[in-house]
Amino acid sequence: MSHDHKQTFITKYIFSTDHKMISKQYLVTGIVMGVIGVLMSMMFRLQIAWPDHSFTINEVLLGKFQQDGVMNPNIYLALVTIHGTIMVFFVLTAGLSGTFSNLLIPLQIGARDMASGFLNMISYWLFFLSSILMVSSLFVEAGPAAAGWTIYPPLSAVEAASPGSGAGMTIWLVSMAIFIASSLIGALNYIVTVLNLRTKGMKLTRLPLTIWSFFITAIIGVVSFPVLLSAALLLIFDRSFGTSFYLSDIFIGGEVLHNNGGSPILFEHLFWFLGHPEVYIVILPALGISSEIIATNSRKPIFGYRAMILSMIGIAFLSTIVWGHHMFVTGMDPFVGSVFTFTTLLIAIPSAVKAFNYISTIYKGNLQFNPAMLFSLGLVSTFVTGGVTGLILGDSTLDINVHDTYFVVAHFHLVMGVSAIYGMFAGIYHWFPKMYGKMMNKTLGYWHFWITVIAAYGVFYPMHYLGLAGLPRRYYKNTAFPYFDDLADINKVITIFAIIGGLAQLIFLFNFFYSIYKGKKATQNPWRSNAMEWTTPVEHIHGNWPGEIPEVHRWAYDYSNPEHEEDFVPQTVPLLPGEVQH
Amino acid sequence: MIINTILIIALIIGLPVIIYAIRRKESEVATAKDNNINGFLMLLFGIYVYGMIIISFLSYNKVLLPKSASEHGVSYDKLAAWTWGVIFFVVFVTQGLLHFFAFKFRGTKGRKSTFISHSNTLEFIWTGVPTLVLAVLIIFGMNIWAEINYPDFDSDPLVIEVYGKQWSWDARYAGKDNVLGNDNVRFIEGANTMGIDKTDPAGSDDVMTREIHLPKGRKVLFKFRSQDVLHSAFFPHFRAQMNCVPGMVTQFSFTPTVTTEEMRKDPKIVAKVKHINAIRDAKNKKLGEDDQLEPYTFDYLLLCNKICGTNHYNMQMKVIVEEPAAFDAWLASQKTFASK
Ligand code: HEM
Ligand SMILES: [Cu+2]
Ligand SMILES: [Cu+2]
Repeated sequence: MSHDHKQTFITKYIFSTDHKMISKQYLVTGIVMGVIGVLMSMMFRLQIAWPDHSFTINEVLLGKFQQDGVMNPNIYLALVTIHGTIMVFFVLTAGLSGTFSNLLIPLQIGARDMASGFLNMISYWLFFLSSILMVSSLFVEAGPAAAGWTIYPPLSAVEAASPGSGAGMTIWLVSMAIFIASSLIGALNYIVTVLNLRTKGMKLTRLPLTIWSFFITAIIGVVSFPVLLSAALLLIFDRSFGTSFYLSDIFIGGEVLHNNGGSPILFEHLFWFLGHPEVYIVILPALGISSEIIATNSRKPIFGYRAMILSMIGIAFLSTIVWGHHMFVTGMDPFVGSVFTFTTLLIAIPSAVKAFNYISTIYKGNLQFNPAMLFSLGLVSTFVTGGVTGLILGDSTLDINVHDTYFVVAHFHLVMGVSAIYGMFAGIYHWFPKMYGKMMNKTLGYWHFWITVIAAYGVFYPMHYLGLAGLPRRYYKNTAFPYFDDLADINKVITIFAIIGGLAQLIFLFNFFYSIYKGKKATQNPWRSNAMEWTTPVEHIHGNWPGEIPEVHRWAYDYSNPEHEEDFVPQTVPLLPGEVQH
Repeated sequence: MIINTILIIALIIGLPVIIYAIRRKESEVATAKDNNINGFLMLLFGIYVYGMIIISFLSYNKVLLPKSASEHGVSYDKLAAWTWGVIFFVVFVTQGLLHFFAFKFRGTKGRKSTFISHSNTLEFIWTGVPTLVLAVLIIFGMNIWAEINYPDFDSDPLVIEVYGKQWSWDARYAGKDNVLGNDNVRFIEGANTMGIDKTDPAGSDDVMTREIHLPKGRKVLFKFRSQDVLHSAFFPHFRAQMNCVPGMVTQFSFTPTVTTEEMRKDPKIVAKVKHINAIRDAKNKKLGEDDQLEPYTFDYLLLCNKICGTNHYNMQMKVIVEEPAAFDAWLASQKTFASK
């Protein structure tokens, strides 16, 4: 079945239609974007902690935007904006979901490739193009978009309101439009593949939770991303063609704009109709990945397989009707506010179920602390700590005083930023042998893990207190208010932890690239896992399995099944005579 | 600088670790020894998380907002306290179990896990209990939400307009008739910075100010507008916030209950101000004659809490709560729109 002899360098490594190669392309692009995003966070954290101090890194990288050692407030906002955009969309949507959906969907359901390899390739290259555009916006004369990753108009719509709202914002919008096209094509491909290309015996109720999570994520994406696209298109109209979808009664730069009758609130509704589901697009794949890894390394079935699926479906459904919790203080009708409080707090229930199921999975297990396992447990820890403060933000009443403060920044970084990044690291450590045929270095993995988790709590736990003290987010310095002077120490602690955490990622980068070339050679099933991907040969071949695609006889979680000698029973092993199926 | 120290330490520790790690011969799959070490570290990490929570709680309590200065804020703080109770309980239990189990069940050689795939009773419990707790929190919260949003206006609230613009605030009192005159950005001209309609008689007695004064104990109804982009009027001490949206009027009402003078005597504020002034004194030692920071005295704040461009970080207005007589005297001393 191997078609290798027909392939040239270009078709194999660049315009490849093979899902395994595309997955690696997503991963490497995601890592590069991640490095940029993290670097930006270091730059603005230094500014917040030591606003009067000039740092070489900022002098060098910011050029004209840092004069006489003083950072330009607009470039601070631009750094925050692009950091947020890159992290949410480029790293944790494309980089995470794109990498692992592509790698695992065909391998774990027993398919030779995605339903459409060609569309899959197009999806990657659109993502690549949008990444290039987003990064190129950093070099625009007046600076990149600086209206926050939520780009609320009129700030984002009127050039006079912010220098970033000129060419910088145009590029941001074009880049995101392309990004959305890419992720829609990808998502449709995942859905079709999961529905149609499962191998014999792979019933939906035998799918590993990874596949369930990618499948549900793709559905959420298809439902919500088009709405962001329309929001962006209308914004482009307002910016370039004089329409007034979002604009009304504006006096800026000494003159009244002609726009009348529009409302920025409309944009907020459209934005958050994607924006909230987006956080689940980010976190569900990470949860799916950690479910698989925790079960494998606990040598135990995932606890409550069906409850896990049901809670993901519940989360997916609820995620489309909670967006209003980002808008409690926009002057929305108080009754509507209470409806959104109700739906939002409902979503806490399936999330809690998932957390309890993880904890029960490790109970009475025989835990194998591979780096992937550690990161998955780290995810559970931050997902809980970050998630519970949603009780405050999701309650319209309590949100009044913490909305848009650092409390929000602390909350969402823990629950979706850090958790999803841990999920991504877990996935990389776990499936590296499958992607590159080599093992990553575990010692470096341990160092990477321990420094990262200590630093991440150090950054984001104290940050809650900044918000509770009343400190708004997106402030370029806090010294304009003497009232906040006593927060300076907390800000320094946070920045120091952030730098330690940032440096720890160098260990990971070294390990990743070093192991691609010099890592120990992988065996076929290094983690002794049940899932289908470990039945393919270590060397990648087109079509994944050299002969027939194996048939599936059982679910993916027969770990330590007392009816079997071994502590794992791959899905392809037929049932013993009289064995009951779980 | 501390950053340089961190970089040097990172280099000193990092390089030997990397060299040691890549020269190691053993397999890259966790061994019994790895499981043991990381199991213990998991336990330590659980303690670290607990420690982080407790130490932050004890040492950062002093930076938090003081008691609420508004009527509804008291209910707000009560709801917050209950919710925090739930949060700390959940975090302590789950983090404890997670890290303890990770330690307790760390892998050992020759042992098999116990095959447990699900338990309907457990799933039922941990769906049901959170549902109940959430139901209580929602009902509790909705009562306060209603108290805030459907206030009883029989008491004839004082109407004040707050107008956000890049990057400052204007305020306008509705005057004797307690009705704000019509306005639109198209009327902005010269001293008429808020765009008040000169032809509307209701506007002639309006009073435009650069400070907000509030009488203690009287319900205030704020109307919010914006001249250009989104802003958000945030009064953290009163547990009040509302966005200012161009093209639209939004509102929020609260009753101030603690005067500025009284709040300055609040023990928490006294300690906070002392702390802040100690920090400012320390800074002053390093600053030149001309850059000396003034000593700080407490005032209520109105700040902007929605990203609005360059000076978003410095969009502030002083809010003063005083006894009704002092308030009346202050308002009477201000010029009306017609007399300007
Ligand atoms: C390297 C570690 C990181 C640090 C130290 C960090 C720090 C921060 C801080 C302090 C802010 C708020 C700045 C402000 O409001 O003035 C921020 C904003 C943000 N970060 Fe991060 N962050 C990190 C990683 C991440 C990750 C992994 C994500 C992925 C979800 C993320 C997503 C965001 C988003 C969406 C915003 C909001 C941007 C905006 O306000 O428009 N960050 N980050
Ligand atoms: Cu949301
Ligand atoms: Cu503002």
